[in-house]
Amino acid sequence: MRHIISLLMENEAGALSRVAGLFSARGYNIESLTVAVTEDPTLSRMTIVTTGSDDVIEQIIKQLNKLIDVVKVLDLNDGKHIERELMLVKVKATGVYKDEMKRMCDIFRGRIIDVADNSYTIELTGSCSKLDAFIEAIDRSAILETVRTGASGIGRGDRILKV
Amino acid sequence: MDSSAHSATDSHTKSMTGADIVINCLNEEKVKFVFGYPGGAVLHIYDALYKQNGFKHILVRHEQAAVHAADAYSRATGDVGVALVTSGPGATNAVTGIATAYMDSIPLVVISGQVPVPAIGMDAFQEVDMVGITRPCVKHNFLVKHVKDIAPTIKKAFFIAKTGRPGPVVVDIPKDITAHIADFIYPKTVEMRSYSPILKGHSGQIKKAVKLLLGAKRPMIYTGGGLVLGNGSAELVRLAKALNFPVTNTLMGLGGYPATDKQFVGMLGMHGSYEANMAMQHCDVLLAVGARFDDRVIGNPKHFSGQKRTIIHIDVDPSSISKRVKVDVPIVGDVQSVLADMVEILAQEENKTTDTADWWDQINEWRGVQSLDYTYSDTVIKPQYVVQKLWEVTNGEAYVTSDVGQHQMWAAQYYKFDKPRRWINSGGLGTMGVGLPYAMGCQFADKHAQVACITGEGSIQMNIQELSTCAQYGLPIKVILLNNRYLGMVRQWQEFFYENRYSESYMDSLPDFVKLAESYGHIGMQITNPADVEGALKEAFARKDKFVFMDFLTDQAENVFPMVENGKGLSEMVLSPLSGSRLKGEQ
Ligand SMILES: Cc1ncc(C[n+]2csc(CCOP(=O)(O)OP(=O)(O)O)c2C)c(N)n1
Ligand SMILES: [Mg+2]
Repeated sequence: MRHIISLLMENEAGALSRVAGLFSARGYNIESLTVAVTEDPTLSRMTIVTTGSDDVIEQIIKQLNKLIDVVKVLDLNDGKHIERELMLVKVKATGVYKDEMKRMCDIFRGRIIDVADNSYTIELTGSCSKLDAFIEAIDRSAILETVRTGASGIGRGDRILKV
Repeated sequence: MDSSAHSATDSHTKSMTGADIVINCLNEEKVKFVFGYPGGAVLHIYDALYKQNGFKHILVRHEQAAVHAADAYSRATGDVGVALVTSGPGATNAVTGIATAYMDSIPLVVISGQVPVPAIGMDAFQEVDMVGITRPCVKHNFLVKHVKDIAPTIKKAFFIAKTGRPGPVVVDIPKDITAHIADFIYPKTVEMRSYSPILKGHSGQIKKAVKLLLGAKRPMIYTGGGLVLGNGSAELVRLAKALNFPVTNTLMGLGGYPATDKQFVGMLGMHGSYEANMAMQHCDVLLAVGARFDDRVIGNPKHFSGQKRTIIHIDVDPSSISKRVKVDVPIVGDVQSVLADMVEILAQEENKTTDTADWWDQINEWRGVQSLDYTYSDTVIKPQYVVQKLWEVTNGEAYVTSDVGQHQMWAAQYYKFDKPRRWINSGGLGTMGVGLPYAMGCQFADKHAQVACITGEGSIQMNIQELSTCAQYGLPIKVILLNNRYLGMVRQWQEFFYENRYSESYMDSLPDFVKLAESYGHIGMQITNPADVEGALKEAFARKDKFVFMDFLTDQAENVFPMVENGKGLSEMVLSPLSGSRLKGEQ
């Protein structure tokens, strides 16, 4: 099953490679991994999207906790949570595509953030599956370039990951 | 907190170079021996070392041996082992030693030199990314980038190495900062919000475990290296005695329970005893202590889990629990503390009688197979016989190190360890070449002890250069070479699984080990006749002050039995012809 794992770690050189190295060394999947510093500059927050059986996910959480730099780990799938990913898509905006792309962008509640002679750049946020759906919905041959950030996740309501 | 506010440390505060800080840190940690080898990046540290007389530096002949010796020192004493190597090739030479210690959870601090900070990333002379190279085989590692960070980092390194599930920690120190000046303040304590090992076991779980043990009909206690490292042997013996349960040890756990005690059923696993493996497979309640259900221990995990049993697992590392086998009652905590709690709860229990008479009958029947029996010969030396005689001649009290191969299994099977920290071998990584440096570490740990290194002619040649170190420090080690002129364990697998195609497993052009030993000033002996084995061993151990290299020419065709073949279940052992015939006769 797909799991979103959130973790807080010391904002130190090499911390990211310890996590990435753990996943490759033990053969765990990574669908995406995002990391950035938090409001506390000594801490980084990471979101890892992975897949695995319950046993594998349990091991992943234990192994992450074992890393010395990792302060806290939370499997967001253990409770209600929100997931968001940002995608930038550059699409053809010539001929029929001009209106078509604008329309699809509106339907998916995206924004056109750059307009050039022959292309639009569309900004879209949402769950990973929503972004996938957008890619599915538009004409493949119209896509010039895509870039995605990978998912960020946060618990709903009182579920807070903090030191 | 501003550390200068501490008046206690204030009085000690002194300005010094980074190199002097390193030395002072090691002395603050009361380190007795540093095993190392100098080079450009650590020259400042070696100069500072020259001017101190806190710890003693041991100059090895290869950095791999430095780390192995530090590792064995730790295994023998329980203290953190320390090694010091230079950058680049010194650091990469140390990696096998570090990985070996990591796989067996041995606490080490390895200090490596690094090129100066401004040269990092420039492909400078003797630069390697030591932190990157060792990341997957250390508990943690550090690159120190400022002289004022040296002391707090070394403090943390020792703390991390020895607490929780122990392991090696690398501290990589660039040369320039060992010349920079700073005040030396050694922190008194370490506070890490990201690292706080659990020590006390959950009392509810412990009570539950005791109840289960008391209700067991076919109980089994299975202990590993964690019991030895966690110094829980005395508590385990108390528990096992109070319950009268059978006990088995893993290869890493030998000595955790006295081998000569009647409740001990021998080592289990791939080359475990028939009774240990059968009891492990057929028990109804299993207490696992500081062990990890390794693939060499339980055989095929599906076959193992096919038999229903309730498993209680005590381990300091949560990630070891339910990793390969589902556990019913996990107890995370320090083994010594958890076992002590169990003993106490058991003492308060009113009805302590367990009903295990039938189970013991069954175990004794299994024992009747005598799975460690071998056919003695009076023309060719049997390797098992040498180990048995070694045990007798040393009164079972020696530190025994081994290399990796058949000789390692015979050492484990036939030397009966009654005390923990006496059996020193590479269980996890299975590193050929550890034997001699391990023996050095043991001899430094206990100057007057009997230290025997049981090895093969393949393995000993992987760190043979250490004969020189042994000469320099006058180490009276006894090398017991079981010389079968084969990479015996490889040959055995080729015999069993590759139709006797002995591909590259024969050892030709061996040195004359007697002359080789003598060339270093040691005593060399060659023993070819079974009748001479005991006398030669007595003679060698009588030379208390001398290093003796004993080259026993042993039966080339001997195999290790019992054996659980790869992919087979634990109870599906291949027995020696002798024991096998007994089993058939029984059925
Ligand atoms: C560094 C290393 N290389 C290769 C191996 C694979 N290996 C395991 S046992 C063995 C044979 C060891 O031969 P020897 O030391 O003569 O011991 P014997 O089995 O003959 O007792 C080999 C090559 C290993 N364990 N370690
Ligand atoms: Mg051999």
